[in-house]
Amino acid sequence: MLRYVLARLLTFVPTFIGVTLVSFSFIRLLPGDPIIVMAGERGLTEERYAELQQQFGFDRPLWVQFWDYFTGVLQGDLGQSFVTKRPVWDEFFTLFPATLELSLCAIIFAIVLGLPAGVIAAVYRGKFFDRALMSTALVGYSMPIFWWALLLIIVVSGNLGWTPVSGRIDLLYFFDDVTGFMLIDSLLSGQEGAFTSAVRHLILPTIVLGTIPLAVIARQTRSAMLEVLSEDYIRTARAKGLRPSRVNGLHALRNAMIPVITVIGLSVGTLMAGAILTETIFSWPGIGKWMVDSIFRRDYPVVQGGLLLIAVIVMIVNLTVDLLYGLINPKIRKR
Amino acid sequence: MKIRNMLAGASLLAAGAAMPAFAQTLVYCSEGSPEGFDPALYTSGTTFDASSHPIYNRLVEFKTGTTEVVPGLAESWEVSEDGMQVTFNLRPGVKFHSNDMFTPSRDLNADDVIHSFERQMNTEGSWEYFQGMSMPDLIESIEKVDDMTVQFNLTRPEAPFIANMAMDFASIVSKEYHDAMAEAGTPEMVNQAPIGTGPFQFVDYQADAVIRYAANEDYWKEGLPKVDNLVFAITPDASVRYQRLQAGECHVMPYPNPADIEAMKEAEGIEVLEQEGLNVGYLAYNTTMEPFDNPEVRRALNMAIDKDAIIDVVFQGSGQVAKNPIPPTMWSYNDDIEDDPYDPEAARQMLADAGVEDLSMKIWAMPVQRPYNPNARRMAELIQEDFSEVGVDVEIVSYEWGEYLDRSRAIDRDGAILLGWTGDNGDPDNFLAVLLGCDGVENSNRAQWCHEPFEELIQEAKTLSDQEERAELYREAQEIFKEQAPWATIAHSVVFMPVREEVEGYVVHPLGGHIFTEVGLSE
Repeated sequence: MLRYVLARLLTFVPTFIGVTLVSFSFIRLLPGDPIIVMAGERGLTEERYAELQQQFGFDRPLWVQFWDYFTGVLQGDLGQSFVTKRPVWDEFFTLFPATLELSLCAIIFAIVLGLPAGVIAAVYRGKFFDRALMSTALVGYSMPIFWWALLLIIVVSGNLGWTPVSGRIDLLYFFDDVTGFMLIDSLLSGQEGAFTSAVRHLILPTIVLGTIPLAVIARQTRSAMLEVLSEDYIRTARAKGLRPSRVNGLHALRNAMIPVITVIGLSVGTLMAGAILTETIFSWPGIGKWMVDSIFRRDYPVVQGGLLLIAVIVMIVNLTVDLLYGLINPKIRKR
Repeated sequence: MKIRNMLAGASLLAAGAAMPAFAQTLVYCSEGSPEGFDPALYTSGTTFDASSHPIYNRLVEFKTGTTEVVPGLAESWEVSEDGMQVTFNLRPGVKFHSNDMFTPSRDLNADDVIHSFERQMNTEGSWEYFQGMSMPDLIESIEKVDDMTVQFNLTRPEAPFIANMAMDFASIVSKEYHDAMAEAGTPEMVNQAPIGTGPFQFVDYQADAVIRYAANEDYWKEGLPKVDNLVFAITPDASVRYQRLQAGECHVMPYPNPADIEAMKEAEGIEVLEQEGLNVGYLAYNTTMEPFDNPEVRRALNMAIDKDAIIDVVFQGSGQVAKNPIPPTMWSYNDDIEDDPYDPEAARQMLADAGVEDLSMKIWAMPVQRPYNPNARRMAELIQEDFSEVGVDVEIVSYEWGEYLDRSRAIDRDGAILLGWTGDNGDPDNFLAVLLGCDGVENSNRAQWCHEPFEELIQEAKTLSDQEERAELYREAQEIFKEQAPWATIAHSVVFMPVREEVEGYVVHPLGGHIFTEVGLSE
C-alpha cells in the first residue's frame, strides 16, 4: 500500500510543473493588457505605460518572469495581487473556507440523496419510481445554474419567505473568523441564533450547487447497480437465500461503488465550476467569485496562483479517490 | 481578511456583541467588492463608495447631489491673480479616527495635506487617477505656509484644479498613521484598515461579503452622520439585490436591471429615485481617414441615426438623446444647439453630394456594459440598420475590452467606434479637453480630432477663473463641435436608485458616488 501511495505521489511532480506553466501562460494568452484595462477609457501616455510595465516587471523576457514565478512558488510565495496589493496566498485562504464549506455541503447533499435514489431506481428498474427519478435527474442535470438559483430565490426566499435571499449569515451577527467555516464559527461565537442563521443561509446555495452532482450520482449509481445486479455472484447470493436488503446493500452496492466514487471525485471539478456561478448569485464570499473578478481585471498573480491552488486541491482529491479504490477493492492496490 | 478595529466610542460594537438589526443601521447592498481602502490607489466607483465617501474628506467637496464645489477640510481658499498659486486655509479641530493599532495625537494639519499629495507625486506605485488627471505636470510644489495653511504652486493657470481637489484621489490621509504603519513594517495596513476624518469609521471588512462602519462621533459637521452604523452587504447580482431590498435585507441598492424598473416603481415600500447621469455615449468617427475627414460626411451619417429608437431599445427608456458632448446637468451646457434631425433622405443626398458612393465601414462595439451604453452590440446593430437605409454597408467588430481600448487609440483605426465617458469632477474641461482636445489624439480622443478653433477655445477657458466667462467659451466650443461633428452624440443615461421608504434624505449624486453622510432612517 505504501508503495502504491508513493508511486501515485510521484506522478504529482510533472503534473505540478505542467499546471504551473499552464496557469502562468493561460492568463497571458488572453488578449488584454492589465495596464490598459486599469487605465480604462481615460487611456495613458506612452511614458506612463513604460513606467508601469517596469513596475510590474512586464518589460522582462517572458521566461525570466516565469522562472521568478516558479522559484517563488517553490518557496511558497505566490506573489501579490496587482489590485489589492495583498499576498495571493492570504487572499485564497481567507476565501477558500467559504467555498469548501459550501462544496462539502453540496456534495453531502448530493450523496445522501443520490445514492439511495440510484439504488432504489436500479432495484425497481422500469417501474414508475425508476422512470420518474431518472427523468427528474435529467432535468436536474440540464438545469442552468443561474436560472435555477434565481428561481429558488424568487419562490423560496421572495414569495414564501422561508430562507434569506443571500449572504452567509444575518448581518445581525458579527464575530471573529476562527476556522472560516461559518457553521463552526457561529457555534463558537456562542451568539444565540447564529448557527440557525448560518444553516438557513446555506440551504439554497447547497441545493443549487448540489443539483448537478446529485443528478450525476443518482444516474451513475443506478447504472453501476444494474450492471452488478446482473452478475452471477448476485444470483448466487440470492440463491443462498440472503435477504434482498443484504444482497443489494452489501454485495451489490459495494461493488457498484467504484464508478460512483470516480464520479464523486470528478464532480469536484464540476463543483468548482458551479461554485463560480452559485457564489456570484448568492453573494457567497468564496474563491469562485474572486477568480472571475481577477480574470476580468487581468490580475495575473491572482489568476495564476488561484488556478494553481485549485489544481493542487483537485489533484489531492483525485489521489484520495484512488486510495479509496484500494480500500474498497483490494485487487486495485495489488496491481 | 479580518481586521478587527474595535472602536472606543462605538457603543454598538462592543466585542462580539450583536448589532441591533436596522435600529439605526443603514444597509446598502453594494454591487461589488472594493479593491482596497486607499482611494488614491484606485479608479473605480465601487472602491470610492467604500473608501473615500464614508471614511475620508477632501480639502473641498462636491455638495451631495450637485457638482458644486463647497468647503471641506479647507474652510476657504484663495487663487492668486495670475492663477498660479492656490492657498487653502484648513479647518481647525478636525479629528482623525482611531483603531486598535493607532490613536491620533493631534488634529488635522498642513502636514497631512502635504503628505496626501506628495506620496502621489512619486511615480513609483500606481497612483493612476492622480497620474491620469495629469496632476504631476500641473503641481510644481506644495508649501506649508503655517500649520493650518497650505499653498499649491502650479505650473500653469488651471481653472479645473479646484474641482480636481474634490476628487477621490485627493482624499486627505493621516500622515501620523502612515508613518506609524511604515515604522511598524506594515505599510499595507493603510490600505486595509483605513484612518480618515470622514463621517464613518471603518470597523471591519469580510472579503467579498460585508463591510462595516460606525458613525464618527467626533465628525466635524454638526449632527452628521445620521445613522449609528453603516453596512455594505456586497451583492453582485442585480436581481438578487432587488430581492434583498424587497425582503428588507437592505435599504438602498444601486444599478437595478433596466427591465425591473417599472415593477420597482409599482412595488410597495420601495421608492425609485432618478437623476441624469454625468455621462455621454458616442460614436466617434476617425476624422483622419477618408471619407470621415469630411465634416459633411460625418453630419450626413449623424442624420441617418434614429436615436429615439436607440433610447427605446438599448436603454429601455433609462436614457435621453444626447445632442452635445457634455450632459445637460453640467454648467455651460448649450441648450440653444439644435440636434441633427433624423432624416435618412437628406442624409443620402448629402452623402451623394459629397461624392461618397458604396461606402462600407466598420463600427466597433464595446464588449462590456457601461452606464453610458448598456448594450453596445445592440446599439451597433441598430446603427448598422440605419446606415444601410442610406446605402452604407456596416461591419460590426468587437474585441476583448483591454484590446478594444488599446487598438481603438491607433491613428489609423479603421471605422467608427462606440465608446463613452463618465465625468470625474463636473467640470466641462473634463469632457471637452480630455475627449476632444489635441493632446488626447491617439489616446482618449478616439475621433483623433484636432481642430484649431475648438482647441483655442478650450485652452483659453482653462486659464480663466471666472465661471461665467469660461461657460461662454465652452458654449461656443459646443457650437463648433456640432458643426464639425467628430462624433455622433448618442445618449446620456439616467441613473435609477431604488430605496426603501424608511430611508430619508438619500440624494442621487450626479458624479456617480453613493453617499450616506446625510441619510437617516425613519422608525
